[in-house]
Amino acid sequence: MSALAVRGLTSRRGDREVLSAIDLAFEAGEVTAVVGPNGAGKTTLLRHLAGLDAPAAGEVELGGKPLSGLGAAIRGQRIAYLAQAASAYWPLRARDVVALGRLPHGADLSRPARLSDADAVQRALQRVDGVRFADRSIDTLSQGERARMMMARALATEAAVLLADEPVASLDPAYALETMAILRAEAARGACVIVVLHDLGLAARFADRVIVLANHGVAADGPPAIALAGDVIEAAYGVGFRHILVDGVMQPVAWERRD
Amino acid sequence: MNRWLVVMVAVLYLLSLAVGPAWWPWRLGNEVGWAIVWELRVPRATLGLLIGGVLGLSGAVLQAWLRNPLAEPGVIGVSACAGFAAVCAFYSGLAAAFVLAQPLAGIAGAGIAVALLMGAVRSGTGTVSLLLMGVAINAIAAALISLVLALSPNPFAYQEISLWLAGSIVDRDLRYLFITAPFMILGAAIVLGAGRWLDALSLGEDTARSLGVDTKSLGLRLTLGVGLMVGAATSVAGVIGFVGLIAPHLVRARVDFRPGATLVPSMLVGAALVLMADIAVRLLPTAYELQLGVFTSLVGAPFLVRAVRRARAAWLAA
Repeated sequence: MSALAVRGLTSRRGDREVLSAIDLAFEAGEVTAVVGPNGAGKTTLLRHLAGLDAPAAGEVELGGKPLSGLGAAIRGQRIAYLAQAASAYWPLRARDVVALGRLPHGADLSRPARLSDADAVQRALQRVDGVRFADRSIDTLSQGERARMMMARALATEAAVLLADEPVASLDPAYALETMAILRAEAARGACVIVVLHDLGLAARFADRVIVLANHGVAADGPPAIALAGDVIEAAYGVGFRHILVDGVMQPVAWERRD
Repeated sequence: MNRWLVVMVAVLYLLSLAVGPAWWPWRLGNEVGWAIVWELRVPRATLGLLIGGVLGLSGAVLQAWLRNPLAEPGVIGVSACAGFAAVCAFYSGLAAAFVLAQPLAGIAGAGIAVALLMGAVRSGTGTVSLLLMGVAINAIAAALISLVLALSPNPFAYQEISLWLAGSIVDRDLRYLFITAPFMILGAAIVLGAGRWLDALSLGEDTARSLGVDTKSLGLRLTLGVGLMVGAATSVAGVIGFVGLIAPHLVRARVDFRPGATLVPSMLVGAALVLMADIAVRLLPTAYELQLGVFTSLVGAPFLVRAVRRARAAWLAA
């Protein structure tokens, strides 16, 4: 049984259909990259998977049961969601931001942390190599350090499903590679990791499976070498690609505009 | 910190009982002395305590909820709307016929203002839209109050109401205390348990929802709570501005900016501020006693200017 699945999912914004009757299933222990041109519905798909939007038709299933039937707290425990350009509105201490990931488990920042929550927060900080920033205020951190803390916040929930919306956008290469390594480590621990990416090179290299969204539907779905093949992504993006082999990994490079 | 704040509030409360034209009235040792204590000072000090507490708490709740350090019942028009509704209840004769009409009207007015603001902030987040909505609500409420007064058959209505709206807790007897205190306490009880959810909202609405926050029912709960507190407080004391702005600012850095942890200390600081201001207006050598709301505005408005300057960087992002 799949960890997470969508059946006949249709999503509308106004009278425009963003996703039309798509079927997908996601497995535990895998990193699935969702790619596609702007406006293809990547973020929309992720929001449906997180239960943030209600589908116009179809259903999202978590472990075979409808997501809409789960209580908000249970959903929060099972699915961690890292929003695009996630940030905090107040200059909170980094450790407190990470501790917010324990909220679905009943944590309360205004009370002394329970041992299980403090341990989970510490583990999450270690996984992102962020222990040394933990006691600094979040607004004094660099963008990369802050993104790392937001990732730690999502990891602290220790959910079976981790959804990340463009976690490497606006990060330098070092942070981007580190973020992908963190996601791989989560999958190795058995989590079902679904990540929206714009960088096809990272998707080709780090994902077990790539889903290409285009024209309201799934244009390709499979191992990176197949889903990111020239004809598929050229049609999806309307751009000419070159493929370069680096250390045995095929790297697609957007090369020329097509009109 | 809370322990010290409780001590400070207790000392200020006792001072509020003691200070006035007759100092230490209980020392008179006769019936007059005790009458002053029970009929004048106790209602005044207790109202100051409760109203300050709920205004400070409302400010902390609104700031955490709207994720904006400039949100405050007075500045964004919640108090003015409550004031308008209370004036309506008063001049329509409802208040005379039914003792709870005035606080209930105030609560309804405050609740409507909070709901309007929430709608504005949802459609276009940012300090600018929040403050402009506040300006609009304040202007509409002020205009409507003038209209109601112009329609009133009582020639002294305008003066009466202007004085009342300026905010004061002088000469409110125990009856006022008994009919408004339950609403204020209920409102405080409703919002005090929401600290965890307010913490989650500091990551934005989507992330908060992914952490299990039911933002819709939270919104209803906070609207009801703030409506009860600000509505009841305004219906008895008029508009006492800026307390809700200043109190959370004073405590925020001391609790590492955790929104939930600002609630209780903001309530205590709000109570201390109003008790202090109410003692100060008694001691100032003015011809007649200055209105409490005028005093908090005099002290609080410069504070708003400072907060706006600090928030300017955030404005650009909004």
